[in-house]
Amino acid sequence: MSEHSTTYLQGIVLDEESYCSFGELCRLCGASAEQVEEMIAEGIISPEGADQSEWRFTMVSIHRVQTVVRLHRDLRVNLPGCALVLELLDELAALRAMASRR
Amino acid sequence: MEYKDYYQILGIERDASADAIKQAYRKLARKYHPDVNKEKDAEERFKDIGEAYEVLKDPEKRSAYDRFGANWQSGEQFRPPPDWNMGGYEFHGSSGDTQGFSDFFEALFGQARGRSSRPRQEFRMQGEDQQAAISISLEDAFHGAKQTLNLNRPTLDEQGRVTMRPQQLNMVIPKGIIAGQRIRLEGQGMPGHGGGAPGDLYLEISFAPHPFFKAEKRDIHLQLPVTPWEAALGATLTVPTLDGKVQLKIPANSQNGRKLRLKGKGLSTSKTQGDQIVTLQVVLPEAQTEAQQGVYKSMAEKMAFNPRTDLGV
Repeated sequence: MSEHSTTYLQGIVLDEESYCSFGELCRLCGASAEQVEEMIAEGIISPEGADQSEWRFTMVSIHRVQTVVRLHRDLRVNLPGCALVLELLDELAALRAMASRR
Repeated sequence: MEYKDYYQILGIERDASADAIKQAYRKLARKYHPDVNKEKDAEERFKDIGEAYEVLKDPEKRSAYDRFGANWQSGEQFRPPPDWNMGGYEFHGSSGDTQGFSDFFEALFGQARGRSSRPRQEFRMQGEDQQAAISISLEDAFHGAKQTLNLNRPTLDEQGRVTMRPQQLNMVIPKGIIAGQRIRLEGQGMPGHGGGAPGDLYLEISFAPHPFFKAEKRDIHLQLPVTPWEAALGATLTVPTLDGKVQLKIPANSQNGRKLRLKGKGLSTSKTQGDQIVTLQVVLPEAQTEAQQGVYKSMAEKMAFNPRTDLGV
């Protein structure tokens, strides 16, 4: 690449069609394996695959786990509370999108 | 630097009790948490609230802060007095994460950390992730684009401190991105400490309003006004799409509200396809002249039509 050409950063789209492993999910979210396992048990995220070594998560899970980590850290919301907040936020986003199409 | 009125930020009186301060903080922290509040200034408000609480919850910091008196206004130019030695108090390391607090906070209470703790270089820690929201056009989402974004980004100043400054960021908008999706830019977050890797930058996508297209996930919706005779007799009409103009066949006897699908004219990626959904909107021309009224009268005579049968009348 020449000095004069501008570099454009290429990001990764975190969508439903791409996946990450259990290890990647923990690393990207700064969460421990135990924390993420608890989130799975709470139904906040759902892995595909039989056991932990085969688990894979859609990239959308990253945002869910990060939100839980922040809500817990900043507002001391517990896990069932975080699950509820996420569901309500999803509903709110859907309603907002519907209202903006009117 | 600008003076910060921590009492005003938390919406409390200067003589508020410790309980009242905690309550005000918790209430506002819930309200302005950036994951919950989608207003533009939520993140900044949330930081201010955290900073105000960091000072006012600590009796030593609070009384040192109170010594400036009540006459200062938020935003007023402020310089700590030359004899400011943190009010003669020995502050202990901050309990919370004070990264990203204001210059005002740093000038008054920031030295405590440097003095009491070990040199920062000993900690090897990854930088924090950053979040930002960006608005793009539907055209750019449809085709993919290269864009220069103006974002408030963390930069290191001469003293090695992190400050937020407006900065340009060149990035690729991937084809087929949709509203609500996030893009992760590795290593574009807060700088790391002690040689640690920088954090990542997460960008949440929203669409700028378009004069006539509306996006619903991958589908693009368009309301298409048609005449009664186009709807009744059928027609081939020119319709705008994000991919340019196309010809759309309107079947005969189409009712108002009928939806027609243009496959692949929505927001598509290599993996998934979006369509354009055209909703017909029959528009009635006004009957102004006698000849025009005659057309409606002749319709009334020739069309045996009651649109109110469902109402039982």
